Amino acid sequence: MNGPYHTLVALVEDRPGVLNRVSSVLRRRDFNIESIAVGRTDQPELSRMTIVVNAESANVEQVRKQLSKLIDVVKIFDITEESKVERELALIKVKTTPATRGEIIHIVNIFRANIVDVAPDSMIVEVTGDEDKISSLLALLQGFGIKEMARTGRIAITRGGTGPLIIDEEPKVIRQVRKPPVPESPANW
Amino acid sequence: MKKTGAEILCESLIKEGVEVIFGFPGGVVLPFYDTLPKYPQLRHILVRHEQGAAHAADGYARVAGKPGVCLATSGPGATNLVTGIANACLDSSPVIAITGQVARAFIGKDAFQEVDITGITLPITKHNYSVRKASDIARVVKESFFIARTGRPGPVLIDIPRDVFTESAEAHYPDKVNLPSYKPVLYGHPTQIKRAAELINGAKKPLIVAGRGVIISEAYQEVRELAEKAQIPVVTTLLGIGCFPETHVLSYGMIGMHGMAYANTAVDQADVLIAIGMRFDDRATGRVSSFAPRASIIHIDIDPAEIGKNVRVDVPIVGDAKNVLQALNKQISSSDHVDWLRELDEYRKCHPSMDIRETDKLLPQYVIRQIFEATQGEARIVTGVGQHQMWSAQHFYYIKPNSLISSGGLGTMGFELPASMGVKVACPNETVWCIAGDGGFQMTLHELATIACEKIAVKIAIINNGFLGMVRQWQELFYGKRYVATPLYGPDFVKLADAYGIAGMRVTDKKQVSAAIHKAMAHDGPFVIDFRVEPEENVFPMVPPGASIVECIEMPKPEAVDTRR
Repeated sequence: MNGPYHTLVALVEDRPGVLNRVSSVLRRRDFNIESIAVGRTDQPELSRMTIVVNAESANVEQVRKQLSKLIDVVKIFDITEESKVERELALIKVKTTPATRGEIIHIVNIFRANIVDVAPDSMIVEVTGDEDKISSLLALLQGFGIKEMARTGRIAITRGGTGPLIIDEEPKVIRQVRKPPVPESPANW
Repeated sequence: MKKTGAEILCESLIKEGVEVIFGFPGGVVLPFYDTLPKYPQLRHILVRHEQGAAHAADGYARVAGKPGVCLATSGPGATNLVTGIANACLDSSPVIAITGQVARAFIGKDAFQEVDITGITLPITKHNYSVRKASDIARVVKESFFIARTGRPGPVLIDIPRDVFTESAEAHYPDKVNLPSYKPVLYGHPTQIKRAAELINGAKKPLIVAGRGVIISEAYQEVRELAEKAQIPVVTTLLGIGCFPETHVLSYGMIGMHGMAYANTAVDQADVLIAIGMRFDDRATGRVSSFAPRASIIHIDIDPAEIGKNVRVDVPIVGDAKNVLQALNKQISSSDHVDWLRELDEYRKCHPSMDIRETDKLLPQYVIRQIFEATQGEARIVTGVGQHQMWSAQHFYYIKPNSLISSGGLGTMGFELPASMGVKVACPNETVWCIAGDGGFQMTLHELATIACEKIAVKIAIINNGFLGMVRQWQELFYGKRYVATPLYGPDFVKLADAYGIAGMRVTDKKQVSAAIHKAMAHDGPFVIDFRVEPEENVFPMVPPGASIVECIEMPKPEAVDTRR
């Protein structure tokens, strides 16, 4: 399902300009990115970024290491191989006619998507799902004519209680549950 | 107790051990300059162009072992720092660049002398700050110095608006930095070190390739121990020169585009390459696909992103060179590689690379060699960029640690004069030679005023061939000798020095060279020597662009022996 796409998840400090810093590294190092989505977490100082990279057009390990060098990036992991839940949201304004409206509604129901707006000649479909689901629905709706659409980009979380980016119950603590491959160095500046 | 932002900044800088600031005033930094006299511990050196301030801070940082500080006003002052900051970034030099900014209310409105310097310097700084409250200044300064000098050093920019300088706040300097996302790995992983030791102990033709990381880490003893214990030959990159005494029997010179033929051959023939504190830059590797084809590569570097970036690495070790080598050396068994060393010595005999041909003409290589003879290696050599830089790397024997200061990564012409200024300020009791090209010198010669005024006694040797030498060489070798935009008209440098109140002399004859150098060194104060050298001299060996480092063009020999492989 992933193909050549890798999903990187980064915890970054929620400071003005952090998205700019990250995209600046991506541009400067000439890394091609499929999508980037960022949002707050339950911890006020941290935001979470999900970056989808096409491994055929960018060295994913270099992307991860170069972003890791940024002072504002607290942790960054490639979770492509992990068991995870991935979702994306799309809003699609599809052309409708009295004749096609019924069929469109039928298709929307099959995909368990929602219709959030109805107008005389169009309707807005809201769909949440993984990459495959959204692509499939899009392919079907394309036949009817898409007036406009907007996608959020992928967000992802690893399944179960373990994972590299678990945030502990106590506030202000980020605990890596999985043992890192390199032992902690003593702070010896 | 409440203090103004400017006072807090001065006190924070003093707390960080700053003694010198290279700066240039302007409208938005006036409050800072007005406060400066209250702190006589901070010596301010007024430069003549902000680029000079940035390069001076860079040169200072490379030899002082602590960050260099440069300061400029907003707008054009800040943008004039950009070249120097980029230079420091590529050569991993800890520089703190402080820029003034327009008042907070004017930010983003295309105000007078406003420029988005934090945006501009994003790709060329290790980190940068835009301070919006005077109460943040102390924390920001502490973090900046910490970031600049730890891990892989790099420049940090602090942008301070005018009204933050005048704002009052509680002055409290933090004890610790709180940067949860920045934790450089300093000690290598034991398993990796063990693997490396096994590889080295079993190697028939090991080779150490040492870069600037060894100098930053001050791992001179450790590299020497490794080399001597296991009898491993040592080659260096350009910026690694000065990490291993070049007169040592195990020293085999510099690799790369203008490296010695025998050094490049050593890389090609080695079966285990121990790369320490170097980043496999394209100037050093030549064509990457044919780089070190027979070798397993052990890469020791403090920056994990450099490992695997340019070449495939077999044993990566992330850590500080000194720490890693200390752990590694314990596991290295004493051995010798007599056959391997003999092979390299044979090659060196047939491909000398360092010979200066016999002639009555005034050769630039001869000038460099004479500077070595006069100083016996007891000097810091600061070069610009171009042919003279390569000759300085080749024909001077660097015995003292960290004695070559040069712009490697960015290759900035004009680096020589301001950087030598910074070096001399950091090492006032040492001899500092600024070896300049006539092209690069003309880019930053305005700092002669600073040198004269502040009595900074650098000795300046201008290798004057009336050309942009390196470009001319490429035009000769690859563009059918079509010299476009390379013949260079320059001033009478001696008259120019005199106009600045600096002593100088011209040398046109080979016989005058040694006397001129000794005169310059005996002179109390800065001295300029204009060496009118042979105009169309080329740097050899040379690895043509796109070629493998063993496919070098060597100095044409007088006998008709074809030694090219």
